[in-house]
Amino acid sequence: MSWAGKLLRVNLTTAEITTESLNEEWKNDYLGSRGLASKYLSEEIDPACDPLSAENKMIMATGPLTGTSAATAGRYVVVTKGPLTNCIACSNSGGFIGAEMKNAGWDMVIFEGKSPKPVYLYVENDKAELLDADEIWGTSVWNTDEWLHNKHQDPLLRIAAVGRPAENGCFYAGIVNDLHRAAGRSGVGSVMASKNLKAVAIRGTKGVGNISDPEGFMKAVNEGKAVLAENPVTGQGLPAYGTQVLMNVINEIGALPAHNMKDVQFDGAHAISGEAMHEPRKSDGKPNLTTNAACFGCTIACGRISTIDQGHFSVENKSQYWGNSGGLEYEAAWALGADNGVDDLDALTYVNFICNEEGFDPITFGATVAAAMEMYEDGVLTKEQTGGIEFNFGSALALTKAADWVAANEGFGVDLALGSKRLCEKYGRPELSMTVKGQEFPAYDPRGIQGIGLNYATSNRGACHVRGYTVASEVLGIPEKTDPLTAEGKPGLVKAFQDATGAVDSSGICLFTTFAWSLDNIAPQVEAACGGGWTAERLAEVGERIWNLEREFNLKAGITSADDTLPARLRTEAAKTGPAKGLVSKVEEMMPEYYELRGWSTDGVPTEETRKKLGLS
Amino acid sequence: MEKSLVINPDKCTGCLQCELACSYENEGVFNPSKSRIKVFTFHQEGRFVPYTCTQCSEAWCQQACPVDAISLNPVTGAKEVNESSCVGCKVCTISCPFGTINYNQSSGKVIKCDLCGGNPKCVEACPTQAITYVDADQTGLDKMRQWATETDNSSSTNTANA
Ligand code: SF4
Ligand code: SF4
Ligand code: SF4
Repeated sequence: MSWAGKLLRVNLTTAEITTESLNEEWKNDYLGSRGLASKYLSEEIDPACDPLSAENKMIMATGPLTGTSAATAGRYVVVTKGPLTNCIACSNSGGFIGAEMKNAGWDMVIFEGKSPKPVYLYVENDKAELLDADEIWGTSVWNTDEWLHNKHQDPLLRIAAVGRPAENGCFYAGIVNDLHRAAGRSGVGSVMASKNLKAVAIRGTKGVGNISDPEGFMKAVNEGKAVLAENPVTGQGLPAYGTQVLMNVINEIGALPAHNMKDVQFDGAHAISGEAMHEPRKSDGKPNLTTNAACFGCTIACGRISTIDQGHFSVENKSQYWGNSGGLEYEAAWALGADNGVDDLDALTYVNFICNEEGFDPITFGATVAAAMEMYEDGVLTKEQTGGIEFNFGSALALTKAADWVAANEGFGVDLALGSKRLCEKYGRPELSMTVKGQEFPAYDPRGIQGIGLNYATSNRGACHVRGYTVASEVLGIPEKTDPLTAEGKPGLVKAFQDATGAVDSSGICLFTTFAWSLDNIAPQVEAACGGGWTAERLAEVGERIWNLEREFNLKAGITSADDTLPARLRTEAAKTGPAKGLVSKVEEMMPEYYELRGWSTDGVPTEETRKKLGLS
Repeated sequence: MEKSLVINPDKCTGCLQCELACSYENEGVFNPSKSRIKVFTFHQEGRFVPYTCTQCSEAWCQQACPVDAISLNPVTGAKEVNESSCVGCKVCTISCPFGTINYNQSSGKVIKCDLCGGNPKCVEACPTQAITYVDADQTGLDKMRQWATETDNSSSTNTANA
């Protein structure tokens, strides 16, 4: 059991809210969260629809473990068709709202249609209503959060909201919950805003109680927690440095993309690393990092709580940014820092705060600024076009201004809100957009880590590290070390990571547990919670089913095998320094084997046999 | 030996494992809203502070109860609510200066920390040792030890030399 067994369906066009029981067959095939929501979406919308039209739907979903005491079991996802990619989007977030949804008695909420006026959804256990959001429309996530807490006089209300960029159609706006956790990628926030839905506020007091085998569950959960505590990554590295533990490591192996991926190492890496966040600042002797913080039920606690130096130019006369808030994690520090050549930790932290306050994805934003900087240095963009500011690599001023402009949809920010693909196309330099299927890369260079390149090229939501994090194996040796510089064996590795990830995401726990856990650690927890025979093999099969379901959605949306590739820069311009010097990505070499292992035709289409094997109908 | 819960907010990450363990032990559901321990987040300050009943000796809740539903467990020192006699009048919730005894809508009775009969589940669940269960006479031992090292010149020189 462990599922609430119920979903809320919110028709925004008619303001009608209905409840349904969860589809039994689908939950056995797709588990929950990412898998189950993707199944509902695939069944209910035309994959070819315009993502920002009323025809698209948006699903917020939890997994069967969400809300239980399994370590990290507070995750929820937003599944929809993404405007950045025109592919299926699934953005995963921690914080507390996922567990709250489950505590209120709901596995998922399906939003459909479009409200005639700004509204927010208020859920208090069985009660769900759409309320007027006129007063908060046009304001930030943080303002919305404060307003809702005040209005409902309830400090325990959990809130997810969109900011101004989403309302203005920014292609990479996210949905921020609990102030600084985000379903950040692929533009899911803009889908929400396109429906005139400003926020979702939930209070749940029912709890999660229908555990199939309570004793077995506590045992499996405690064993799992012990494994996390003893593992050097989840027990020490992540709590101490967050995901930023990676900055120096990835730079050293020559896989830290810099300057819009012209380089694979960055001189300023240390200055923006997790270690640097611990070092006292010159001005006030305080470190950037105040403390680490956990999401619901998480015994790892990778979250960063940081401050900005009050004397830094970015916060001059802006006392609202002088307190603590969500600090940098690795992907953001890379995209805002290394990719732009900016080594100013305070500037990066400021932009990170703005991304949280206003709800936009720091990865896509950072990489878009990087593409703009390259175009500026190439003379394609002039100072007049970039708001009167020199837009060179390394400019912290340009970076912080760019964030302010995107937040307010002002000046050059209107261009930057397009994302790098549309921006580079607009200015006639499409080759400078470092994207797959329209989505920007995260912080690992495919020339120095070959497997991750294949994962980027085939990820169903466009370039993404959390769809098949082969970095674990290729760099950290988890579960076993593979050579990052070779292509050999990588198609199988990528497939295995992608499939396992689908199951992890669908259970309701955090992917970061997999630095220490394999499906063998997760299956006993799922089985004890849900009952019904959940083994590691069955979970891997669920993951594979999900992968193919997402693939089929994308094929119907118009994606072809031609989209399973990397930008020419990564395939033709060799790494200039470090261990990968002289190498390009061998993605094309790996693709046929990957298709074959997937049971797809040479065009990348699942064969009838594969479909039958996985029970796809 | 009587023991007390000792809370060290410096170590807390706000994960709520303690709230989950408490609600599961006492109510059979994972449900922070039914936990006897609560973790408060002070966002601007970047602090997480767990708080629950400290089993005070004055026991205002016990004194205020008109039907003697609250009694002292002589072994653990906990002030325990007897569910069958509690009438849900909430007088104890008014008299407790700390707010650590609360009404439970689903049962119509009050709930408070009872030290889980001497085997505190929150302590077991906490991944950072922000909550510990120690000799009631020595609750300050850890802090004293910390200050002792700072007071002791020779030990600090030793550390510097190490
Ligand atoms: S590992 Fe980090 S992201 Fe994952 S649940 Fe824990 S705090 Fe949240
Ligand atoms: S000791 Fe038991 S009852 Fe008291 S707060 Fe901890 S878990 Fe709850
Ligand atoms: S379990 Fe420990 S670290 Fe987690 S919230 Fe409770 S006291 Fe804090």
